[in-house]
Amino acid sequence: MTVSAGRVADLLPRVAALCAEYARAIDDDRLEEWPDYFASPCLYKITSAENHRLGLPAGLIYADSRGMLTDRVTALREANIYERQGYRHLVGLPAILGETDDGVRADTPFLVVRIMRDGAMGLFATGRYLDVLVEVGDALRFRERVVVCDSSRIDTLLAIPL
Amino acid sequence: MTTPDTQHAWPGATLTRIPFWVYQDENNYRAELRRIFEGPAWNYVCLEVDLERPGDYRTTFVGEMPVIVVRGERGAIHAFENRCAHRGALIALDEGGSAKHFQCVYHAWSYDLRGNLLGIAFEKGIRGLGGMPESFCKAEHGPRRLRTTTLGGLVFASLSDEAPALDDYLGPEIRGRLLRVMRKPVEVLGRFVQVLPNNWKLYVENVKDTYHASLLHAFFGTFRITRLTQGGGVLVSPDGAHHASYTIDRADDRESTAYRDQGIRSEKSSYRLADSSLLDTVDEFADGIKLQILSVFPNLVVQQIYNCLAVRQVLPKGPDAMELHWTYIGFADDDPEMRARRLRQANLVGPAGYVSMEDGCVGGFVRRGAAAAGDEVSVVNMGGEGAESQETRATEASVRGFWKAYRRYMGA
Repeated sequence: MTVSAGRVADLLPRVAALCAEYARAIDDDRLEEWPDYFASPCLYKITSAENHRLGLPAGLIYADSRGMLTDRVTALREANIYERQGYRHLVGLPAILGETDDGVRADTPFLVVRIMRDGAMGLFATGRYLDVLVEVGDALRFRERVVVCDSSRIDTLLAIPL
Repeated sequence: MTTPDTQHAWPGATLTRIPFWVYQDENNYRAELRRIFEGPAWNYVCLEVDLERPGDYRTTFVGEMPVIVVRGERGAIHAFENRCAHRGALIALDEGGSAKHFQCVYHAWSYDLRGNLLGIAFEKGIRGLGGMPESFCKAEHGPRRLRTTTLGGLVFASLSDEAPALDDYLGPEIRGRLLRVMRKPVEVLGRFVQVLPNNWKLYVENVKDTYHASLLHAFFGTFRITRLTQGGGVLVSPDGAHHASYTIDRADDRESTAYRDQGIRSEKSSYRLADSSLLDTVDEFADGIKLQILSVFPNLVVQQIYNCLAVRQVLPKGPDAMELHWTYIGFADDDPEMRARRLRQANLVGPAGYVSMEDGCVGGFVRRGAAAAGDEVSVVNMGGEGAESQETRATEASVRGFWKAYRRYMGA
């Protein structure tokens, strides 16, 4: 369902602010806050444009509960071995695609530079967030965030979420 | 003993010492492409389900050789070099699709589904001028053809007439373990490529290395998905080339303090999952085997970790680089619960896998650590010196098996 210009004007700054806060939390290594940006239940998935186009359901990361998001963070902190690295997200302006009883649909482009512990930097991922947003209390939260990477190729490993 | 292709020497006939030049030397790498991947080996190229109807094709590589794998009009699977017989350009540019024939974009030379050169643009010239000589015989020109064979929905190709029948190549034990998983029609759930900063052999060794799994991977150790103290073992094919390792849960392991006693990082007793549905598993093969990792020399891994199934294809990309092509699969008759379970458990594997992400970086750690150690050796001595099957995974028998097969192919 399309959204009126007035509704877009109301939603756009709120969606953009949520996307910006989400990216800042990751880039600032406040990963413990990352699950808080999601409603419950939720779906978070990282896939590629090719898998998305073909309707293939698997993700690089696939979380269908907030608990699974928390588990991702715990694994990165407690269990997994990878070289120290960080991200810098550049998040574009959201496009508000529509609104139904399920929530607001938005499509937001992103670009992520990965910075390794030795200072090596490289373009790590580009793509778009396909979001379904809902009101939780007086805040917008992700009911669904499908991260569609433009490429299916991942250099070495993907540890930190996008 | 100096190898035919390099100035370097192996430290005698032992399988327990691997010189680091073997991962670094450019001439040795070129020789591997020729002697192994383009030699009498069976390379995994795609799934049969990728080629359902006549004309369906996939493009991939045999070593570094680009190939087209295609279902022919009569249902047979053909494979040929993705190289135009004219000037050598790629014939097919896409990852896959469906075609009635193939046509090179450069000068519009065309090929049938077997790779036969069918048509040459302006073959007779224009108004009697130009064109190809009368003596040019199209049947004598075409991309190189590969033999193909299938097993359990997997398609293999070989450029050599000397590769034995696949059943003989694998041997009955490995064949049986492969068909244990690949027992019915599969469905592709997703595909990803992991670009690894290391020689291809470091990854294949990692796959065969049953010793590391619960030591490097805290997730395995902590959640007792696989531990050396559990039941299981490793099967190595008689020629050393292929392996299958497996883990069987044992009640006595659940109280075992062996990992704690060894001070091993990978058991974290305080580590818990907030959502344990990740580990919810059905014994779908009804044999109690929780984990089976199987490799077929030189480039295939078939993995079952709980209900997470995947096929991994190893593609060499120079001495210091490789690609790992992941295909996540389920079975065509999976119910929605099993599908959801496989999607959740896919978090264990792939470039972001709780387990596999570590295998993605550890090869690079070896490459960097051994950068100046070309004439030094690594030690592969756990479980003795041989390459036979063992009823323990605290062994490097299947890694030694890899080197046994490798040296035979390389004439070293």
